[in-house]
Amino acid sequence: MKTYLRKFYYGDIPDDKSGGNIVSKETKSDWPLWEIFIRSKQGLDHKHVGSLHAADAKMAIENARDVYTRRMEGVSIWVVESKYIHATNPDEAGELFEPAADKIYRHPTFYQLPDEVDKM
Amino acid sequence: MPVPEFEKIFRDKIDNEVKIEPKDWMPDAYRKTNIRQISQHAHSEIVGMLPEGNWISRAPSLKRKAILLAKVQDEAGHGLYLYSAAETLGMSREEMINDLHSGKAKYSSIFNYPTLTWADIGAIGWLVDGAAIMNQVMLTRTSYGPYARAMVRICKEESFHQRQGFEILLVLSKGTIEQKEMCQDAINRWWWPSLMMFGPKDAESTNSDQSMKWKIKRKTNDELRQNFIDMIAEQIKVLGMKLPDDKLKWNEQKRHYDFGEIDWNEFWNVIKGNGPCNKQRLDARRKAWEDGEWVREAAAAHAKKMVEREKQQAA
Repeated sequence: MKTYLRKFYYGDIPDDKSGGNIVSKETKSDWPLWEIFIRSKQGLDHKHVGSLHAADAKMAIENARDVYTRRMEGVSIWVVESKYIHATNPDEAGELFEPAADKIYRHPTFYQLPDEVDKM
Repeated sequence: MPVPEFEKIFRDKIDNEVKIEPKDWMPDAYRKTNIRQISQHAHSEIVGMLPEGNWISRAPSLKRKAILLAKVQDEAGHGLYLYSAAETLGMSREEMINDLHSGKAKYSSIFNYPTLTWADIGAIGWLVDGAAIMNQVMLTRTSYGPYARAMVRICKEESFHQRQGFEILLVLSKGTIEQKEMCQDAINRWWWPSLMMFGPKDAESTNSDQSMKWKIKRKTNDELRQNFIDMIAEQIKVLGMKLPDDKLKWNEQKRHYDFGEIDWNEFWNVIKGNGPCNKQRLDARRKAWEDGEWVREAAAAHAKKMVEREKQQAA
């Protein structure tokens, strides 16, 4: 018998080849999502590193310590509940950012100066 | 904007190596493929903690215990990075975990094999993590931004896993006769399942490979498997051990190692749930989830109470 196989990926097994077929039960989860920002050392900005779930801010900070700084990646952590992050809409990115595109005179390289002043 | 236009913008991004981000328009099938692949990758990290966790209390020294604890903790972290990445595509953590527990979602079959001796912990680090790294290094360049970023983080941490595994085997390979035998035995048992981690042969794939076109994946199963074999066939010489394959031989013309046939029946059997530890692994995950329910509820209740107390104080 010839079996036709789909290509699959790490840990990715086609549905029809799977064994169990139990329907998931509904459960409730009250832990919100938090965005995590880490300052890797004094003098640098806090940088977004990822997100995690936690019941409150204190737990979010403790979990962020364990999840994102196991190898001394940080000296300070910010956590912000994800729902408070407001973001630009990628579909409007064109209108929003385009005005900067035709103002090349804002860059130093726009100005051609004689070689004598090369360190300006 | 009509869909074909969105589709074109998406296609252009893929062609120009611009990453797709969570709020960008993407075809449904791209979203679904990523959700499935990332969540199943996450499940693999979490289930992968079980065969090794089994040896934490029995590791031969305090140093080995500390190392193994750190490694297993890393796997938990990797699972969390990946669950977060999958969540950005619109599936909740709870749904993903339910799918794992119901058997709907899968995880890497390799973790359905038992860890019988201490040498198995070495073989897992060297072979299993080694195979995973081949795949994960490729995935640092995957087209979905959050997945690629999670992979960069994971790859940085994985190389410690592989090195500590090799070192465990290296120590055993220089030990007593019993220790050498234990080392060889673990390699014998983990070699073939490790090769199966890369999935079926390319030639047996009937569907056109959409994931390659979408740049979710950038190398085929066979390419990755061959790279892995070429690497391990050299490294095993340092251990003075043998890979359990009589057909393994350097092919000067191809500049690759030739190798024997993989037992695909075994592979599909384990995937279908008939591996040595499938039931044990899922039972352990379900039990952990159920036993932890009161903790999750208590933490949520505590958080709610603290918010209310703050409100009262403010009033």
